[in-house]
Amino acid sequence: MAEIALHDVRKSFGDFTAVTSSTFTVKDGEFFVMLGPSGCGKTTTLRMIAGLELPTSGRILLDGEDVTFNRASKRDIAFVFQLFALYPHMSVRQNISFPLRTQRLPRREVRARTEEVAKMLQIDTILDRRVTGLAAGDRQRVALGRAIVRRAKAFLMDEPLGALDAAFRETMCEELRLLHERIGATTVYVTHDQIEAMAMADRICVMNRGEVLQIGAPMEVYERPATRFVAGFLGSPSMNFLTAEGGFAPGADAIRIEGARLAMPTAREGLACPEAIVGARPEHISIADDGALRGRVFAVEYMGARQLVTVETAAGRLRVRTPNTVRVATGETVGLAFDAERLVVFDPVSDRAVRSALFDHSGALA
Amino acid sequence: MSSAAVRVTDTSPRGKMIAGTLVIAYALLTMIPLVWIVATSFKSPPDSISYPPKVLFEPTLEGYVNLFTTRSRQTPEYIDSLGPPATWYDSLVRERNMVITGESRFAGRYMNSVIIGFGSTFLAVFLGTLAAYAFSRFRIPLRDDLLFFILSTRMMPPVAVAIPIYLMYRGLGLSDTHLGMILLYTAVNLSLSVWLLKGFVDEIPREYEEAAVVDGYTRFQAFIKVVLPQMRAGIAATAIFCLIFSWNEYAFALLLTSGTAQTAPPFIPIIIGEGGLDWPAVAAGTTLFLVPVVVFTVLLRRQLLRGITFGAVRR
Repeated sequence: MAEIALHDVRKSFGDFTAVTSSTFTVKDGEFFVMLGPSGCGKTTTLRMIAGLELPTSGRILLDGEDVTFNRASKRDIAFVFQLFALYPHMSVRQNISFPLRTQRLPRREVRARTEEVAKMLQIDTILDRRVTGLAAGDRQRVALGRAIVRRAKAFLMDEPLGALDAAFRETMCEELRLLHERIGATTVYVTHDQIEAMAMADRICVMNRGEVLQIGAPMEVYERPATRFVAGFLGSPSMNFLTAEGGFAPGADAIRIEGARLAMPTAREGLACPEAIVGARPEHISIADDGALRGRVFAVEYMGARQLVTVETAAGRLRVRTPNTVRVATGETVGLAFDAERLVVFDPVSDRAVRSALFDHSGALA
Repeated sequence: MSSAAVRVTDTSPRGKMIAGTLVIAYALLTMIPLVWIVATSFKSPPDSISYPPKVLFEPTLEGYVNLFTTRSRQTPEYIDSLGPPATWYDSLVRERNMVITGESRFAGRYMNSVIIGFGSTFLAVFLGTLAAYAFSRFRIPLRDDLLFFILSTRMMPPVAVAIPIYLMYRGLGLSDTHLGMILLYTAVNLSLSVWLLKGFVDEIPREYEEAAVVDGYTRFQAFIKVVLPQMRAGIAATAIFCLIFSWNEYAFALLLTSGTAQTAPPFIPIIIGEGGLDWPAVAAGTTLFLVPVVVFTVLLRRQLLRGITFGAVRR
């Protein structure tokens, strides 16, 4: 078990910068998820931690020891690949015991540990099968088994559920989280799927274009996004963005959108720009006759317990999530009320969230 | 409704029958020369040159005996004075008024073929595997140019380089040596071997090696334990192609070997018998010469098929 620390790690391939100066620490025993769209540098970062890729600059520390230039085979880290990378010419047993067979362990111990892991993952009945004929779920478990069996310092997983179908992915999510709680190993997990990230992570690290944008607990990242990208990437349907007129001074507690006055969390810093971006999640807007902003219902999507109402307003189309007890019809004019305590204001130039009462007691913008 | 199971890409039963007939007819046609050679090897010399050709004949091992022995013609009186023949082949030869005077050079030439054929195949595949891995995995300066350069050695007809190689080999003392022939065939086969094997290495995802490296193996161990086993089919296919070439090669063998290192192909046609070419002996030599490649190919035919159709279907 170990703590993983990155100090000012960068990686470029020729002219292309894959990862720009990343500094963060994955705590011992933590389930750390790196989330971002494809090509954001999350896999490159993971590969640098594993030693499969050397950083262009910066240092990587494993349990306090500088491993930046250590070979991957000397780092004692287990890696689960996206397509599992099970050796097709070996049986399940040979695959799982493969990492042990280079360690000069007694044959009996290799056998015992392989079987222990197989039992834990419920694949002990297929130990002597070839891996080529296995179902995706079993292949996934074999790949996990190969990672667990070595009792490595940390687990790195590169989209390990990407090859599974949606229904099965949910089950595996749960299993992975349970497994983590049981083993307690430091885990760095890369995914582009926010649902996976939310379901499993102790902390999420959101990346885009090689940059770490925010690191925090799932709730923190969702409710107090540090940048407009984080706000838009997390949540489905994604956050509504409205353009407000005029800046404001520290202490302001309202903002104007298309003439309507919207209460907002008390600003802790000012914004001098002529415009501001206001972010509101669909569930933080409600349909109310006395709502500040008015608009015409454009579409209603029924989603079981809730419904998604798209309202055309002077400030653009807004998506509103309401209980399905609220009866609205397409074409109807409705008022929209905003949950004042949940609104986030973004600086349109830097795309950063403006510090406000929402972020009090939060390290997100520190 | 049973018609639902029929796809448009499926061959109709009639189509299958036509295709089957054509394939069988073609197979029979190509097998005629082979069958004729094997049959001739079991004929007596008069039967082998009779006209019209004999399809039905009394089989004899005379051709094989003649192939492996040297004989001299003697008078019947002398033969009678020798006492009873010691072996079945002695008696077979004496019926033609001859006695066996010793072993022919065929066994030695055949061994030369085995040493040179398999030796150069092993070398070409061994070097080819290492080179293919390097070309596939490492960032090599001028990689594409080097690959093209390797391929370009195949573009020249052998005749064009025959004389320079002959002179070079004479200067280097490689003429009529096993080493010289192994080196020559290895050089010719290496281009094919590198290109073919590179395709196979390219097909093996890098993740396998990365997984092995992360699991504590060195890069070389990962190559041996993870890459090599997955290249088995490719190596087998490449080995067949290399063996077929070096086993059958005639022109350079004729030019560069005459005695110690002469292979079977230039030797077989000059097996002289009583009154000209001994056709059953030549046919016997050819039949024995066919055996190793046929056995090798049949054993590895699955891999060979994969090697030929390689790259046609991307998985």
